[in-house]
Amino acid sequence: MRPFRLHEPTTVQEAASALAGSGGGAALYAGGTELLLAMKSGLLAYDTLINVKSIPGLDAVSADGDSIVIGASATHSAVEHDPLVRERLPLLSEVEHGVANLRVRNVGTLAGNLCFAEPHSDPATLLLVYEAELDVAGPSGSRRIAVGDLQTGSYETSLGPDELLTAVRVPAFPSGMRAAYSKFGYHHRPTLGIAAALAVQDGVVADARLALGCVSPVARRLSRSEDVLRGERIDALTEDSAVLREACRLASEDADAVEDMHGGVDYKEHLVRVFMERTVLRALARNGGGDG
Amino acid sequence: MAEAQDTLAVAFELNGVPVEASVEPQTPLIDLLRERFGLTGTKRSCDVQVCGACTVLLDGAPVSSCTVPAFEVRGRAVLTVEGFAADESASPLIEAFVNNAAFQCGFCTPGMLLAAKSLLDADPAPSEDVIKDYMRGNVCRCTGYKKIVEAVHEASEAGR
Repeated sequence: MRPFRLHEPTTVQEAASALAGSGGGAALYAGGTELLLAMKSGLLAYDTLINVKSIPGLDAVSADGDSIVIGASATHSAVEHDPLVRERLPLLSEVEHGVANLRVRNVGTLAGNLCFAEPHSDPATLLLVYEAELDVAGPSGSRRIAVGDLQTGSYETSLGPDELLTAVRVPAFPSGMRAAYSKFGYHHRPTLGIAAALAVQDGVVADARLALGCVSPVARRLSRSEDVLRGERIDALTEDSAVLREACRLASEDADAVEDMHGGVDYKEHLVRVFMERTVLRALARNGGGDG
Repeated sequence: MAEAQDTLAVAFELNGVPVEASVEPQTPLIDLLRERFGLTGTKRSCDVQVCGACTVLLDGAPVSSCTVPAFEVRGRAVLTVEGFAADESASPLIEAFVNNAAFQCGFCTPGMLLAAKSLLDADPAPSEDVIKDYMRGNVCRCTGYKKIVEAVHEASEAGR
């Protein structure tokens, strides 16, 4: 690996200033599980890494009203095992447990995963149905964006060259919402990720949140499939029911699947149809048990 | 405001002994362990955190030393397979690996032992499913895993 210098700021403002002053020669380091692999292989090279883990308190997980606020240097393992996350966001804990392997989870961070913007990410997909928000800081202050507004392409985000993600804010699902996440793949990273969260009132789907990731460069909500499910009686949503089949067909149409090392477009569209059905049924089967 | 550094002093506990070294930011932990301290039980294999051959315990938690920078160990405790094997508490796990022929070429074994130790420290009587889930990030190309799972079970409270 090409030599680099290590900058260890003690405040978010110092980190943002270091980024701003680097003219693109610096990158943020929050665990390095993705960044350092790209640097080792020579795909990326930076003169300086800015270690956000040296900023005190940035690894905290705390409650703010209905949301859990996950600091930028909280590792996947810390999120998975955090008591607040396990109690209020059990599906996030479950999905974090499935990320990569134990060693990566012990070092890699949730915020780093989002900011590296690798298209095959479980959390980036799941957080869309949680309708999470992100706190972003720059030299002149901070702003809050929807998680869906972060990633703009493969390895590309909307963050400015002098901005850093400081916290991921995840609201708990409204009570009565049933949720599930499915992943599939034969590689180290998932080929497909699907998240479904369905609010059920009086036996009817009152609200539906569906997200699809990994099959295309950017994870997305599937609004046409959500519209199809909304208002349907849940006892009519069975395997091979016409309504569910239509929601799955629309999901594969809206996937914008791309061919990559994980497979071709037809294959991925087929996976989307199969796993969308399974995920919706699995979410509904979590009868009143919150999102667990 | 802190200045960017091109060398860093690292003081940490290595296999129970306080040590110090000077490293460059890009030095991975495995190079510090193997080249500076001569601890060659830690194996480099995939070099991308997938295989687990380079597993060491950092404050008790498994990490991939092929990629974790050496500067991350400042003020922390690193356990390699040498330090583990020198401890009496390692005997049941090592004997169980021998009894069950849970290795052939042995290249994955240091990582397997440390992952298993970390599991048994957290959960002294894990189920077979828990063992498989916990160990799934450690790859073996010889045994087919059955014997490794059986060895970890035998070394656990449930298997004795």
